[in-house]
Amino acid sequence: MSSLERSDVARLAALARIEMTDADLDRLSGQLAVIVDAVAKVAEVAGEDVPATSHPIPMANIHRADEVRPSLAQDAALSGAPEAEDGRFRVPQILGEEA
Amino acid sequence: MTAVDAAARDWTRATAAEMADALAAGEVTSVALVQAHLDRIAAVDGADPSEGVHAFLHVNAEEALATAAAVDADRAAGVAMPRMAGVPIAVKDVVVTQGMPSTAGSRILEGWIPPYDATVTRKIREARMPILGKTNMDEFAMGSSTEHSGYGPTRNPWDLERIPGGSGGGSAAALAAFEAPLAVGSDTGGSIRQPASVTATVGVKPTYGGVSRFGAIALASSLDQLGPCGRTVLDTALLHEVMGGHDVMDATSLDEPVPAVVEAALAGAAMDLTGVRVGVVKEISGEDGGFQDGVKQRFEESLDRLRAMGAETVEVSCPSFEYALAAYYVILPSEASSNLAKFDSVRFGMRVEKETIEKTMLATRAEGFGDEVKRRIILGTYALSAGYYDAYYGSAQKVRTLVQRDFDAAFAQCDVLVSPTTPTTPFKIGERIDDPLAMYLNDVATIPANLAGIPGMSLPAGLAPEDGLPTGFQILAPAHEDARLYKVGAALEASLVADWGGPLTAQAPEVAQ
Repeated sequence: MSSLERSDVARLAALARIEMTDADLDRLSGQLAVIVDAVAKVAEVAGEDVPATSHPIPMANIHRADEVRPSLAQDAALSGAPEAEDGRFRVPQILGEEA
Repeated sequence: MTAVDAAARDWTRATAAEMADALAAGEVTSVALVQAHLDRIAAVDGADPSEGVHAFLHVNAEEALATAAAVDADRAAGVAMPRMAGVPIAVKDVVVTQGMPSTAGSRILEGWIPPYDATVTRKIREARMPILGKTNMDEFAMGSSTEHSGYGPTRNPWDLERIPGGSGGGSAAALAAFEAPLAVGSDTGGSIRQPASVTATVGVKPTYGGVSRFGAIALASSLDQLGPCGRTVLDTALLHEVMGGHDVMDATSLDEPVPAVVEAALAGAAMDLTGVRVGVVKEISGEDGGFQDGVKQRFEESLDRLRAMGAETVEVSCPSFEYALAAYYVILPSEASSNLAKFDSVRFGMRVEKETIEKTMLATRAEGFGDEVKRRIILGTYALSAGYYDAYYGSAQKVRTLVQRDFDAAFAQCDVLVSPTTPTTPFKIGERIDDPLAMYLNDVATIPANLAGIPGMSLPAGLAPEDGLPTGFQILAPAHEDARLYKVGAALEASLVADWGGPLTAQAPEVAQ
C-alpha cells in the first residue's frame, strides 16, 4: 500500500467537508503519511480464513414494542439549531440557481 | 464522630463511601459536601484555562447546591434515600446533561445546551447525586493527554507541567486534586484507564454494553464504553452500580443484571486470592522494551503482592496484540469519520455562514474541529474509501477477531489478565503533541480490551522511583465478569494501602494555589 500524498489529503478533506488551507495541508499531510504507513501493518497478519469482527459482544437483533413514547418536543429539538424558522432547521442555499 | 470533628474535617479528602455513610448517619449535610468541593474547585482549578488544574469546563454550582439542599431536606423528613444520595460527582463533557453545556471538548459545540439527559445523567439524578460540573477532555475523546481539548489542556495535580492522561484527563485530575470524589469517564481505547494510571486514581471500563451509551457523544461506536472513576476501588464500584444496567434507548446495551461489583470489592478487601489464576500478558508487560523501569518495577512488586495473597501467576502470550494498535487506529478513525458527520452546522453547534450550505459546512468544520479530529476524520475517510476498504478496514476487523481469540485462549488458563496500564509515567505537556504516533503508543496496553469488548481496571501501583510519579496496574477480565476486576483490584489496593498508610493520592504534593 502506498503512502498518502498531499493531493490525496486535499481530496479526502473535501470529501469530509473540511476546508484546508495550504498551511493545513503542509502540516497534516506528512503526519498522515506516517500514520498510514504505520497502520498498514494490519494487512500483514490475518489470512483469508479469518472472519471479520465488527462488534465485540455477539448480539442478535434487538426489537421493541411499536408504541408511542414520550419524545423531544419540536421546540426542544430545534433549541440548539444555529437558525430555525417555522418549526424547521433553516440553512443556506442547498441547490444551485437553476433548481 | 462528634459534631465538632465532622465540622473540622476536610471532606474533600474523604472517600465517596465515607461521605455516603456520614450523610446517612447525619454527621454531615450534602450542602456542606458540595460547598467544600466547590471551594476546592475555586481554589485549585484556576480562574482561566491558563492556570491551575483546569479539570472543569463548566462548574454547575447553583444546581448542585439545589440538589444537595433537596436531599438534605428529604433526609431530615425521613424520606428513603438511594445509598449515594447527596454525594457529589463530576461528569465528563462527552455525556450530555440537559440544561448544562456539553461540548465533548470541541469548539464546534461551544455554547450548545442539550435538550435531553443521557441515560447515565438520568441515573445520576435518580441516585440524587449533585453534579459538580463537566470535566475537560481531548476533543471528541481523541487523545491521551487532554492537550487536544478545544479549551486548553488539563494539568496533572501531581505536577502541573505534566499531562493528566486522556481523553478523560479532566475527570482523573478532578479526583486527584480532590475537586470531586467520583467522576464519569468514557473509554474507547483507554480514556478511563490511562488517565487513572497517570494520576494515581482508579478507573474502570466495564464490559461493552454494561453501561448505556445513550446520550454519550459517540466517537467509535463499536469501542466506546462509559465507566466509573474514583480514588478507591470500592468508590468506583459504588458508582459502577449507579451507572450500569440495561437501557432500551441503547441497542447495544446488555440485557442482564449489573454485576455485583460492590460485593466483589468488599470481598477483595479481605486480601484472600487463594485459587485466583492471574495471567501476565507477555506482549504488554514491558518485556519487549518501551516500558519505563519504574513502571516495570512497581508492576513486578504488585505481582509479588498478589502471590502473597494466594494468587497463582502464569505468563500468557497474545501474539496478535502486536497488531492491535494498528487495527485500532484504522477502526476508530473509520467509525469516527462517520459519527462526526453530524456536525454539519444544521441542527446544533457552530455555523460559519457562507453563501451555500456546502461552503458553510466546509468552513464550519474547518474552524470547529482541531487538528487531531481532522487527522482522524481524514484517516477514516481514507480507510473506508473504494480500493482501500479491504486492505485497511477489512484487515483491521480480522485483527479484531485474532485479538479476541488470543483473549479467549488466555482466559482459558486464567481468571484475570494483568499488565502495567501505561508504558510510562505522565510526560510533559507539549512533549508529544507534534508526534501523533508517539502519542498513540500510550494506549498499547489498554486498546486490546476495547477491541474485544472486555472489562478492564486501572488502579495505582505506586510511584516510579526515578521520577516520583504515578504508575498504574491494569486488570482485565472476560466479558460480563467485571466483578473479578473489583475483587482482585480491592485485594491489591488493600495490600498497597496498608504499606502506604492511606491512598496514594494522599501523597500528592499540594496543588499550587
